[in-house]
Parts: sequence; structure tokens; C-alpha cells
Amino acid sequence: MNRLLLNKIILILSTLSAFVGIGFLFWILVTLTYKGVASLQLTTFTHDLVEGGIRNLLVGQFTMAGIATLVTVPLGVMAGIYLREYGNATRVTSIIRNLSDIMTSAPSIVIGVFVFAFLVEPFGTFNGWAGAASLGIMMLPIIISTTDNMLALVPKELREAGIALGGSKHKIILQIVLQAAKVGVTTGILLSFARIIGETAPLLFTSSNNQFFTMDMNSQFPSLTVSIYNLATYPDEASRNLAWAASFVLTAIVLFINLVGRFVTRSKHL
Amino acid sequence: MNTTQKPIMEIKDLRFIYPGAAQPTLKGNNLTIYENQITAMIGPSGCGKSTLLRALNRIHDLYPGCKYDGEILLRSNTTGEMNDILKLRKENEFIKLRQQVGMIFQKPTPFPMSIYDNVAYGLRLSGIKNKGELDGRIEKALKEAAIWDEVKNRLNDSAMGMSGGQQQRLCIARSVALKPKVLLFDEPTSALDPISTAAIEELISELKKDVTVVIVTHNMQQASRLSDYTTFMYLGDIIEFGPTEEVFLNPREKLTEDYITGRFG
Ligand SMILES: Nc1ncnc2c1ncn2[C@@H]1O[C@H](COP(=O)(O)OP(=O)(O)O)[C@@H](O)[C@H]1O
Ligand SMILES: [Mg+2]
Repeated sequence: MNRLLLNKIILILSTLSAFVGIGFLFWILVTLTYKGVASLQLTTFTHDLVEGGIRNLLVGQFTMAGIATLVTVPLGVMAGIYLREYGNATRVTSIIRNLSDIMTSAPSIVIGVFVFAFLVEPFGTFNGWAGAASLGIMMLPIIISTTDNMLALVPKELREAGIALGGSKHKIILQIVLQAAKVGVTTGILLSFARIIGETAPLLFTSSNNQFFTMDMNSQFPSLTVSIYNLATYPDEASRNLAWAASFVLTAIVLFINLVGRFVTRSKHL
Repeated sequence: MNTTQKPIMEIKDLRFIYPGAAQPTLKGNNLTIYENQITAMIGPSGCGKSTLLRALNRIHDLYPGCKYDGEILLRSNTTGEMNDILKLRKENEFIKLRQQVGMIFQKPTPFPMSIYDNVAYGLRLSGIKNKGELDGRIEKALKEAAIWDEVKNRLNDSAMGMSGGQQQRLCIARSVALKPKVLLFDEPTSALDPISTAAIEELISELKKDVTVVIVTHNMQQASRLSDYTTFMYLGDIIEFGPTEEVFLNPREKLTEDYITGRFG
């Protein structure tokens, strides 16, 4: 009887906390959508920050995240392949694996400070490359560990079957094993992209921000997230409304990427 | 059973140690594999059947640190000489060996690609690029694996959508396509239903016209139905080897008899 009572209490408590959690999330989303949509105008997307739009911010944010992705994906996937397929469970492998796991949870502000010291300070100016580097450093360990973990799910018989047909190890890895792990690796890349596209801290003192449209990576670079951070603290109504609009757009983008990630995971024959 | 059969492989005093293992898993095995015959390996779980089988195409060498001792001779196509495959060192020598000695696993191992590309995979690796030749070899292999009629209209479909039994026959087709001399099967039907099992067994009997078969099996009926020779292993030793009928009806060793009659397993 006592056990049943305890069971009920725990059930009620956990249901309650689930509702509280979902309630807050819902509240945030509703507020965000309500205020965001109300503040959105067509000019929000066609104008740059100086004229009250977010065009240059979107382009800037995606440029830095895109460069980070282009550099990090091949590096991270290759490192993951090394760890799983060539590392042979040696000490070095396990050290790299642990370091990479630790990096995954490194506070993003710390990464920002680190990049500031190496790519901003020596050049005397905030710049887009530094922003991209920060985002890349955030992304790299996520891609390494997803690749590593996804390759671990591929049965060893599949590799052996390839070898038994007269394949060489590197061909089997690239043509069969990676193919078999493709969905997982792709999902990992998408989710890590979703993670960095919404980051502020690593950009705050690396790329900083720019009100104007620019593609010059050697100068301060426009960023959506840093702008939201700045705009939200301005006293005027227009700035704060723009912050709402920008937040809504950012949330929509992240949500969309996550949904694509889930869709990719579910589709069997990619 | 006639005695004029030609050996295609000979295993002499083979010892094998897994990386990091204190004891050898194979403790000085001697065995002759006869050409175009089916040799079954039976014995309790963990006795070293897979270990011995996997030495025959040196798939063990995918993992560093395995130690061999002794000889594994394979007859050369061209010279007819028996060459020791334990002497191989270079990757292209291994590749050549594995093209001659293929392997089928317990669970089907279709590659995540189309049915056509699965069979084409080994052929392309061996240097065949010509579409016409590929098509011909693939059709022939699929026919030999008795699966052509089921797949001929969906060669471009993913192999992952086939049933387990079909996938296993596809894997056999994939190996047969390379025209190997020897095919190694490691419990090829233990993951399959009885109907698929019967189909695979029939297929293996057919295959022996063109290829020598070595098959590890847990299933005593399968060994007696299918094989010409049987070898019984126990704790890393080959206890008995001989024509299947003799081993099953009139075993020389008490241990073999006990195992076959199900007194232990
Ligand atoms: N990769 C390995 N490393 C170390 N020992 C192994 C490995 N694989 C198998 N063994 C050991 O070798 C012995 C024989 O295994 P195996 O050849 O798979 O037996 P069987 O196929 O007859 O069931 C077992 O004791 C098993 O534990
Ligand atoms: Mg086994």
C-alpha cells in the first residue's frame, strides 16, 4: 500500500514538473512569436541594421557559421574517422577522445576569450575570421564525437565484408562505413550548426558587430545574435522591437534546422 | 569417397594468438581442404572454429597484433604450387588472397547501396570498369546465387530493403562474382528462418561445382547433409577430421562421438 502511494506521489510530482517546464517554454515561445511577428516588417529583411533591418546581420551570421562549417566538417569527420578506425584504442586515442568530449562542454565565452587573445588582440581589431574561428572551435568537438559514435554503430562485419571482397581499408571506410553512418553524421553536422548559429558569447569579442553590410572578414562583422544582445539593452522602443523580430527569426531558423535534422534521422534510405 | 581429390589448402601446425591473449586460441592445427568439396567445421561454442576459418583469408589481419605460427598453404592458379599465405605482407598481396578466398558472415552484410552496386563492388575493386562486362558478371553471379529472378527487375533498389535470406544470397552472389577458389562461410544460416536456410544450403551444394567451400556450423544436421568432410574442434585443437560419413557414423575419437550424440555442446 505504501509503495503504491509513493508511486502515485512520484507520478503526480513528475507530471507537475513536466507541466511547469513545458509551461515556461510555451510562454517563451508564445511571447516571442507574438512580439516577434508584431515587430516584423518586410523592410526587416531588406534593410541593414543602420536602417532598422536585419539583412546584413543574417548574411553576416550565416557567413561566419558557414565558413566555420566548411572548415570544421572535413576536419571533424576525418578526426572522427581517425579515432574510430585507425586509433586502435591506444592511450593517445583515448586522450584525444576525452579532450574532445571536454571541449564539447567548454563554456562558449571561454572559447571567445581564447580566440580574442590569438586572432583579435594581435591584429588590433575585431574581425569576421575570429568570429568564424570561435564558432568552428565550438563545432569541431561535436562533429568529432558524433562521427566517432556513429561509426561505432556500424557493425564490424560490414568492414570485414568489404575487406573480404578485396577492398583496402581506406576505400572500405570511405565507400561503405561512412556511407552506412551517413545519416547519423549528417544529423550531427546539422545539429552542431543549429547550435552555433544561435551563439552570442563566442562572437561578442571576436567579430563583435557591424551596423553596415560588409563582406570584409578583416573588419568587424555583422552578427544577428550580438545585435539582439545590444538592441535589447537600448532604451528606445524601435530597437527593442527589432530585437524581438530578430529573436523570432533566429528561433525559427534553429527550429527549422532541428526539424530537418530529425527528418533526416528518420528517413531510412538517404 | 574417392581418394584422388586434390588439396587446395593445407594447414600445418597452425598456432594463432589473439592480440593481448595469454594463451594461443589455435594450438597447432593440421587440416587439408580438398578442392570442390565442402568441408564442415563443428565443435562447441568458443572452440576456435571462427578463428581458424578467419585465418584462411587472413581477415584477422584487419586488427593489428595477431600472431600466427605454422603454415597455411594455398594452391596457386598459375603454377599449381602450394604457397604459404602466412608469408604475405603487402596490402596488394592480401587483396589478391581475399579475391581468391571469399567470406560470408553469420549476419548478412549488405552494403548500403543498390543491389547492383553491391555485386559490382568487388568487381570494380578488382579493376573491372566496363559496363557491359560488369552487367554480364553481375547477372551471372546473381543467377549462381539463385536470386536473379527475385531481383532482376529491381537491381537499382537499395539492398537494405531485402529480406534476410535474400540479403545473404546477395552476399554470396557478391563473393561468387569474383570467381574465388575458396569460399568461407561462418554460420551463414544461424540468423535465418528455416526456408531461407534451406535455400542457402541448396545454393551451397550447387556452388561446389565451381568453388571449394569451408563452412562453420552449429547445426549438426546441416554439417551431415551438406558436407563431404567434417572436422571436429575442441578447445583450440582439431580432434578429428575425415569424410563426413565416417565422422558422423563411425567417429574415431570418444570426444567426437560425445559431441555428435549431443552429450555436450
Ligand atoms: N578478438 C578476440 N580476441 C581475443 N580472444 C578472442 C577473440 N575472438 C575470439 N576469441 C576467443 O577465442 C576463442 C575461440 O573463439 P571462436 O573462434 O570465435 O570460437 P567459435 O567460432 O568456435 O565459437 C574463444 O575462447 C574466444 O573467447
Ligand atoms: Mg564462431
